[in-house]
Amino acid sequence: MSSRAASRLQDLGFTVYRYQAGKADWFAAGLPREGKDAGMPRVADIAAREVPTARPEEKVGDVRKRLGTGNVEPLIVVDADRVVLGLVASESLNADPQSPIEDVMDPAPVTFRPNLRVGEMPAYFKKEGIQHALVTTSDGVLVGLVHQHSE
Amino acid sequence: MPTVIDRRDVQQLVQQGAQLVEVLGAKEYEAEHIPGAINIPLKTLNRATAKRLDSRHPVITYCHDNQ
Repeated sequence: MSSRAASRLQDLGFTVYRYQAGKADWFAAGLPREGKDAGMPRVADIAAREVPTARPEEKVGDVRKRLGTGNVEPLIVVDADRVVLGLVASESLNADPQSPIEDVMDPAPVTFRPNLRVGEMPAYFKKEGIQHALVTTSDGVLVGLVHQHSE
Repeated sequence: MPTVIDRRDVQQLVQQGAQLVEVLGAKEYEAEHIPGAINIPLKTLNRATAKRLDSRHPVITYCHDNQ
């Protein structure tokens, strides 16, 4: 649709660019929005930002020591740019201390986009059968973590 | 053919004076749009409605996603 509009405007003499990924991409990146629905709470507003993270090459034993024995939060595996690579359930940190984190992570955890409405979360949790979900931008960068009863 | 850009380009061009145009219908625009965008639905886009735009500055069109 935007391509037809762009071509038409170009025909009319304008210098035209086309933001192909559109507002879905803009909102998914957590950028501002305007409009009557703009104020509705989104998962980015309620996501816990202080979450444990680790690099894939770290040893399970080192991470366990760093987090302490009382940790019950899932561990988020990220790269140097905070792009999410996986998720490790807290019980998986009981694995061989010499194993790299990447061996115990789920490489395809469920993620929500920051602009998902809070009211829509329960249906996704139910559909996926999960207790928590990562919030990431459309580029995969970690925003935070939401729990089933965060709302 | 108009150049395809990403959101970083959008931010930069808008800062430089480019005009954002959402070409979806009014209802969808009113619900949510990118700050500063004006609405010219594709169905109403013609020489007359394009007069809302300043031809001295670039225009960026967008809709919902890769449509």
